[in-house]
Amino acid sequence: MQLVLEKRAERSTKIAILSPLLAIALTLVTMSILFAILGKNPVAALIVYFVEPLTDSFTLMEIAVKATPLVMIAIGLSLCYLANVWNIGAEGQFIMGAVCGSWLAVVTNGTGAGPWVLPAMLVMGAAGGALWALIPALCKVKFGANEILTSLMLVYVADLIMDYLVRGPWRDPKGMNFPTTASFDPVATVPALFETGRIHWGALAALIVVALATVMLGRTIKGFEIRVVGAAPRAARFAGFSSSRLVLFTFAVSGALAGLAGIIEVAGPVGVLQPGISPGYGFTAIIVAFLGRLNPVGILIAGLFLALTFIGGEGAQISMKIPLDLTKVFQGILLFYVLACDSLILYRIRLIATQKKASHGTA
Amino acid sequence: MGLLEAIIISVIAASTPLLLAAAGELVVERSGVLNLGSEGMMIMGAACGFAGAWLTGSTFIGALFGIAAGCALSLVFATLTLGLAVNQVAAGLALTILGVGLSGLIGAGFVGEKIVPAPHLYLPVLTDLPVVGKILFGQDGFVYFSVALVAAIWWFLYHTRAGLVLRAVGDSHTSAHALGYPVLKIRLLAVLFGGGCAGLGGAFLPLAYTPFFIPGMTAGRGWIALALVVFSSWMPGRLAAGAYLFGAVTILQLHAQAFGLGIPSQLMTALPYLATVIVLVLISRARGSAGSVAPASLGIVFVPDR
Repeated sequence: MQLVLEKRAERSTKIAILSPLLAIALTLVTMSILFAILGKNPVAALIVYFVEPLTDSFTLMEIAVKATPLVMIAIGLSLCYLANVWNIGAEGQFIMGAVCGSWLAVVTNGTGAGPWVLPAMLVMGAAGGALWALIPALCKVKFGANEILTSLMLVYVADLIMDYLVRGPWRDPKGMNFPTTASFDPVATVPALFETGRIHWGALAALIVVALATVMLGRTIKGFEIRVVGAAPRAARFAGFSSSRLVLFTFAVSGALAGLAGIIEVAGPVGVLQPGISPGYGFTAIIVAFLGRLNPVGILIAGLFLALTFIGGEGAQISMKIPLDLTKVFQGILLFYVLACDSLILYRIRLIATQKKASHGTA
Repeated sequence: MGLLEAIIISVIAASTPLLLAAAGELVVERSGVLNLGSEGMMIMGAACGFAGAWLTGSTFIGALFGIAAGCALSLVFATLTLGLAVNQVAAGLALTILGVGLSGLIGAGFVGEKIVPAPHLYLPVLTDLPVVGKILFGQDGFVYFSVALVAAIWWFLYHTRAGLVLRAVGDSHTSAHALGYPVLKIRLLAVLFGGGCAGLGGAFLPLAYTPFFIPGMTAGRGWIALALVVFSSWMPGRLAAGAYLFGAVTILQLHAQAFGLGIPSQLMTALPYLATVIVLVLISRARGSAGSVAPASLGIVFVPDR
């Protein structure tokens, strides 16, 4: 007996809807086993991870705060992945957006500059992320260099640039030698939405991005072009769509969104530029994009779910002494199950009898 | 020991993990599979390798633990990409995310612990030879193994029937399948081999390079190894040259930092990453019109018809 894959006549819509839920269910089972191995009560741990954060208005707002950068980055990445363009350096674009926007906050610090500072910072953040993303895009279009490797290498470079700036020229002179800039002025800060909690206007920006992406993908030529180039590159060439132009476009847009997320994070919840501004948002966003089936609304839901794992993970670390790295393990396992379940949309698994080898001669 | 001798020895040490991981990935890619999970398999190899050596006190058993960890992760990758026909790029990324997380979980208990680093070869007279003695006859087992591994891979790919079949599978899986070769089985073996190599390369870091484990200590070496495979045009000899070149860049920046030439240390640390980008651009540009030399079926999903 043997298990084999068999292509379905057409993609199964039923499984397309069920697959993310199935993936989450399988992940929860795997997590329970991991909790048991770590000597923790699986039920109690799952409640701390996935239920407790939902029962408190403070943690609910924190989920929205964490989901904001995840959703914004993942929307950009989904455009790339739909077009079969592999930008995996969003973490670096996020950091460069934060760095470029912060420059303005640092030079205007304490000068009493007007309310134009924040909008200008946001523009510079988006531009910084886009330019950083255009480096691997140009290397691919001009020279054919693999964008996966170049975009990832630039993550390390971006991290080191930020490290240099906050330890060197931009360090807060009154900061007791800590590697951080001075706290941003109020005009350089994204205002909070409510009196209490850290939820800020960036969350609304993320929702607007989701809406714009939905319209672009569903209702514009550009969205059509992205989907055709990704799904049928040959047909796209006949239609006159340039794949080089699309590489530049998707990289620039995803870089701009990651950069915008970066500057919003720094000017919003964090309030200074310092190392460790991202707990790996740029990488987690890859999971968000796939879990959300590269669909804007799906990404919004997936972003909230993965934000929940960050908050739940922090809670579990405090109350149950569960290592924070388990959150990353969880995210990795989830992506595996998502990919595996997605395969069932196009294929079905069948059990078949192994063919017996023809026997030679007769005894 | 002269300065030049010391530099060459440190270059070899810095190159060895890259060479091990890249050699494995070269075989994987020659079979037509792109496993982007090198970084995850290396860091798991580092964590499990250290755990093994710390528990047993033996570098050798530590290395076996590292290999086993790499193989285990690559088996997960193979199940997805070969068994379930999942996109190889996405599955490779998932493998890296999972490996980084798991290694942190496993390694957390070992941070701050120390082990005895891997023993170095010592042959009377030969190792004491001036200049070349320590370089040729005073290395640890990993270094000799990595060189032998690359030579063996070269011989396997170009001088054995099995190697020819593996390359055929990587260049056209449909033709190989039509000829009756078990494409998925061959690829599974290649992926497992690559996983073992990456795990061993990762294990080298805490077992021989630094005698302790730090989370994230591979610091992108898995990705650089992937770039090296592209740089090598999928040829073992060039791969070795590339690995030593990158080792040299790493050591150069360390020495430059020690001299303190007034260059920010972060710029020097960024050198290997920048060098990778520049090398990829140059090599891709040089190939340009000559067309791609990558295995023709690289990264393409294969589902056999019955």
